[in-house]
Amino acid sequence: MPNATTSPLATYISHLEKGELAYQFSPEANRAVFFPRVLCPFTGSDKLEWRISTGRGTVYATTVVYPAEGAPFNVALVDCDEGFRLMSRVEEIAPEQVTIGMRVKFRVHRPGGEEAPIPVFTPEAA
Amino acid sequence: MDGLKRGSTAIVGAAESDLGQVADEMSPMDLCAQGISRALADCGLAMKDVDGLFCAMTQQRMSIISLIEYLGIQPKFIGSSMTGGSSFEFHVAQAAAAIEAGLCSVAVIAYGSTQRSVGRKQASQREVNPYETPFKPFLPTSAYALAASRHMHQYGTTRENLAEVAVAARKWAQLNPVAWEKKPLTVADVLKARMISHPFTVRDCCLVTDGGGAIVMTSAARAKSLKKPPAYVLGCGHGVTHMNISSMPDLTITGAKQSGEVAYKMAKLSAKDCDMVQLYDAFTINTILFLEDLGFCKKGEGGAFVSNGNIAPGGGLPVNTNGGGLSYCHPGMYGLFILIEGVRQLRGECGERQVRKHDVAMVHGNGGVLSAQASVILGGGATV
Repeated sequence: MPNATTSPLATYISHLEKGELAYQFSPEANRAVFFPRVLCPFTGSDKLEWRISTGRGTVYATTVVYPAEGAPFNVALVDCDEGFRLMSRVEEIAPEQVTIGMRVKFRVHRPGGEEAPIPVFTPEAA
Repeated sequence: MDGLKRGSTAIVGAAESDLGQVADEMSPMDLCAQGISRALADCGLAMKDVDGLFCAMTQQRMSIISLIEYLGIQPKFIGSSMTGGSSFEFHVAQAAAAIEAGLCSVAVIAYGSTQRSVGRKQASQREVNPYETPFKPFLPTSAYALAASRHMHQYGTTRENLAEVAVAARKWAQLNPVAWEKKPLTVADVLKARMISHPFTVRDCCLVTDGGGAIVMTSAARAKSLKKPPAYVLGCGHGVTHMNISSMPDLTITGAKQSGEVAYKMAKLSAKDCDMVQLYDAFTINTILFLEDLGFCKKGEGGAFVSNGNIAPGGGLPVNTNGGGLSYCHPGMYGLFILIEGVRQLRGECGERQVRKHDVAMVHGNGGVLSAQASVILGGGATV
């Protein structure tokens, strides 16, 4: 394996900065890989391709966090149509209205400052 | 676990340290040492007999070295696998292997935590994960809550089912003199308590206490000459499926399925042979998931199985007879305490909470966020 010139995380974030949700695809396993890494967890191969998701997905699991201070918020696991799962949140609806099976679409959230952009989701119907 | 021999080693000593809220400035190592001293006294062995040492802790980065320094011993074999709360079930398998191989003859497995005294954040620092941390899950609770949401969606499990787990644990705790929470608790109390991460209220979540303890293991041959009846290690197995909840393949099926199958195979037993289950109930969903995955009921039927007092005192299957992490004690990594309770139940030492038939105990540890599962099947003299 040659020396890395950029990390999997840096590549992922650079796509988010362009408004893209990137994931890896393992040709040998013929399936998506997420989180990004240097080895395929299904085959051990270092042949991983970067691909851009359509950003469409389905809520797999959901919870509402009730912090000691501040408003409750959603945390969800989203299954993207390309076959990978990630943690995120569904915005633009009340956190308790997020339901398993709900179709959602990706958008970039840019917290600003030092923080990297992150992928969030909104209901597809909205 | 292929290669380990059924019943070739035994847990011969078991004891807790001080529990709950310990004296000011007690250290995790002080609690470890208390547990070791009491566990050695329990079996009639001395510190000079200890030549194998295992521990894992959250407050000490190189805990095994700290413990060796503290005790002033030079064990021939040491281990410090860190799989969170299930570390000690892993250590039992490793200690059994080391004893079988002649690498040590008396192994101590120890733990101590002052997480109540110093605060949970201080006791256990969270790692930053760039793919999860920005979404601010309240960990570990939210990870288990996500699993619960999936179980409720797929199988119709209800918040009332979850609450039944907490109520059963409380009823057992009321029979345990050293349990931390003993106030009467109803399903309605659980449901109306402060919400933490839906569907969990604070009563669906384990306690935050101080505490520690130790167990002593040796060969079956040597065990017979010691003070108390041995708890033979009949089966061991483990299953690790992920570290972070977003990487768990199926949130309704845990590594307990694999760990249980491997342990049953080694023990030549099945769920129906187990007289009791001591499992790691960090959250109410754990009990449901593990009872399913360990074969005590079918997948998806755990909610009904735990209801109507079936796992409470007087129910069909005694589960977490010490009151569990939900009501007895939960000092960070709870897995050692279920081994201690399993040993005591097999010996018939449990007073008011003693299980009537007590030949075989399934002890099941959980680490991380449903991540690292390890099962240990213990048996009394009638099983070997």
